[in-house]
Amino acid sequence: MSVEHESFKPTIVAFCCNWCSYAGADLAGSGRMQYPANVKIIKVPCSCRVNPTFVLRAFQRGADGVIMCGCHPGDCHYSTGNYYTRRRMTMLFDFLDFLGIERGRTRVEWVSAAEGARFASVMNDFVKNVTELGPNRKITDLRTKPEHKEGE
Amino acid sequence: MQRIGVFICWCGSNIAATVDVKKVAAAALNEPGVVFSADYQYMCSASGQGLVKDAIREKGLTGVVVCSCSPRMHEATFRKAAESCGLNPYMVEIANIREHCSWIHKDVAEGTEKAVILMRAAVAKVNLNQSLVAGKSDVVKRALVIGGGIAGIQTALDIAEAGYEVDIVEKKPTIGGKMAQLDKTFPTLDCSACILTPKMVDAAAHDKIKIYSYSEVESVSGFVGNFTAKIRKKARFVKEDLCTGCGLCTEKCPSRKTPNEFNEGMNTRSAIYIPFAQAVPKYAVIDPAACLHFKTGKCGLCERTCDAKAVDYNQKDETIERKYGAIVVATGYNVIKLDNFGEYGYTENPDVITSLELERIMNAAGPTGGALLRPSDKTHPQKIVFVQCVGSRGQRPCDKPYCSKICCMYTAKHAMLIREKYPDTEVYVFYIDVRTPGKNFEEFYRRAVEQYGVHYVKGQVGKVAENAGKLRVYGSDLLMNEQIVIDADLVVLAAAIEPDESAKKIATMLTTGIDTNNFLTEAHPKLRPVESATAGIFLSGVCQGPKDIPETVSQASAAAVKVIGLLAKDQITCNPCVARSDELLCNGCSSCEKVCPYGAITYIDKEVNDHGKREVRRIASVNEAVCQGCGACTVACPSGAMDLKGFTNKQIMAEVDAICR
Repeated sequence: MSVEHESFKPTIVAFCCNWCSYAGADLAGSGRMQYPANVKIIKVPCSCRVNPTFVLRAFQRGADGVIMCGCHPGDCHYSTGNYYTRRRMTMLFDFLDFLGIERGRTRVEWVSAAEGARFASVMNDFVKNVTELGPNRKITDLRTKPEHKEGE
Repeated sequence: MQRIGVFICWCGSNIAATVDVKKVAAAALNEPGVVFSADYQYMCSASGQGLVKDAIREKGLTGVVVCSCSPRMHEATFRKAAESCGLNPYMVEIANIREHCSWIHKDVAEGTEKAVILMRAAVAKVNLNQSLVAGKSDVVKRALVIGGGIAGIQTALDIAEAGYEVDIVEKKPTIGGKMAQLDKTFPTLDCSACILTPKMVDAAAHDKIKIYSYSEVESVSGFVGNFTAKIRKKARFVKEDLCTGCGLCTEKCPSRKTPNEFNEGMNTRSAIYIPFAQAVPKYAVIDPAACLHFKTGKCGLCERTCDAKAVDYNQKDETIERKYGAIVVATGYNVIKLDNFGEYGYTENPDVITSLELERIMNAAGPTGGALLRPSDKTHPQKIVFVQCVGSRGQRPCDKPYCSKICCMYTAKHAMLIREKYPDTEVYVFYIDVRTPGKNFEEFYRRAVEQYGVHYVKGQVGKVAENAGKLRVYGSDLLMNEQIVIDADLVVLAAAIEPDESAKKIATMLTTGIDTNNFLTEAHPKLRPVESATAGIFLSGVCQGPKDIPETVSQASAAAVKVIGLLAKDQITCNPCVARSDELLCNGCSSCEKVCPYGAITYIDKEVNDHGKREVRRIASVNEAVCQGCGACTVACPSGAMDLKGFTNKQIMAEVDAICR
């Protein structure tokens, strides 16, 4: 198992809100705080812009983990956006868990623009968790993954 | 099909050391829509931008992807460059391969692979980008300043001098704030009132400044250039247009037992009162909690005394609505409550006082007329102990983690003034560090030590206990490594300062950020220190972080300049990345309206042409000037009618696909 884990590089999609967590990721960068290259960030104006279908799409296309980062509760630039995120994602993650996509593959985190170190540690921790879970094959649409076709 | 150009920046070696830029440029050519790619050492430089512009013109590009630093840094730069040669600025996207890639990875193969994927996602997005045209909205040429301390006054004066109207809203009956309570100011020992009160008068006399004293901002709606504020003018029970400020009523008032806020509760005031002699505006105000007329229905002495007939017991709170183009927050600070600091015995012992209380004692208009007397027995103290960092720089729950910044200097000032006026007094200062970064600050502190013989002791005070009419101070001297006990007559605590309790409410009202200590957050700690992250909201003074008077005044003027820059425009450009409803898909369910934090969505009855079928439907309509583009409505919409321009469902899906490919 451990050998497989070392060679396995999960694909992680991170949705970051423009005001807090994207800036937090920038700060992690300017502070040269290392986290794995698996994390690819998509900028959204607010975490509440993330439609559950984006998360489903990511898993369908073969992502191994999806994380959403927003401003801390009470600090949302749009005042209430992250509360919607919290509720919507609680429901979505329950549903995904039911479908067999483990809880460890999905996460909502609050990272402020001043928390570069926190951004890096959240990403390190999340990548570690997803790596331990191994590749996600649950709702992956294999037609979009020609290399998987033969293996299955 | 788009014709996309991809430009990869080396950023010197910042990107090029970890990302093989040539490989990224080559990979870009395999992406759909890409017709051109190039790499360059500094894409943001004039020649780098020239490269982008030339390619737009010569290759007829319809979209541009710049792989460089964060869009927070140079997105505006490249969008401007594109616009200058006729390309819609919103056809430009940035792939952040510096902060999100080269700076956080060490392995070149890994960094290059990630940079390619980030580039691919940006190209996928640009393929679906559409030209966006930013709307314009008018700017109301009036500013609101919340708080009438020195920060608010300075900001208002500077804005008014530039020719724009300013309203100051102050919750207390007078402007002046904390500075009005101070006796002298460091390091010049200027008389605080002498330099502040002329400014207060200037503000009141200025024809462009309107002061709403004893008033609070109740709610704020709108957006940059066009805010609407509701201001509640609390009932003074005195008609402002009639009161002459003669003060006769305050002399006749029989209820005289209310602690005087201006003197930090060290003496009392009447129920109808004028906060202090130089108050601006100088109108009396009745405190209904203390007034006999309000409590018993009798009395009415002030009404009978007043020749101007200004007293009006039936006055009610009044709410007014005003429009503003910009808002400045200048809500200032308070000294923390010392209830949880039992070791100093502040609540039990009247001779343990805060520095602000000492400030009032030493002031000629204070409770003792400027004589240094102990509050308990009104005798002259022979031995005074100052304790620094009370509640500042601490780790306990009652402590503040930050340095309050002003305490070292005002304590040096107090010690120096006491030694100057009463050379027989012994003065001790317990400190953790003496921090004197400021012009002439260190010299000032050295004077206190060398010229005035103030005893500075490096160490903390563990306990202050009453002992035979004196205060026994148990402290440690860390340099001599010994415990010391001083029998003092007066103990002065340099208590931490914290943002005024209204800051949190106001930050929420204005949707600006606030940090864990309730200080308002600036848009950028270095480059945008007086702006908040919300457009049109600016910060002035201690509400943003601890600072002394010169710094506060500098920041206040800086905030004023930002406001003037905004008000000087007749119209401002709105963010075009706002929500848009597809009228054919909308079923009028109101889901989007309910989640919109700005009230930007309304419902209209509109005739639509649904594939040749004409009918009137109830559909959502977005006010583009009010929408801030958060996207909450897009997710709430069950029919997929609502989408966000610049961040459409299709664009984000394309990015997801590109990353997971």
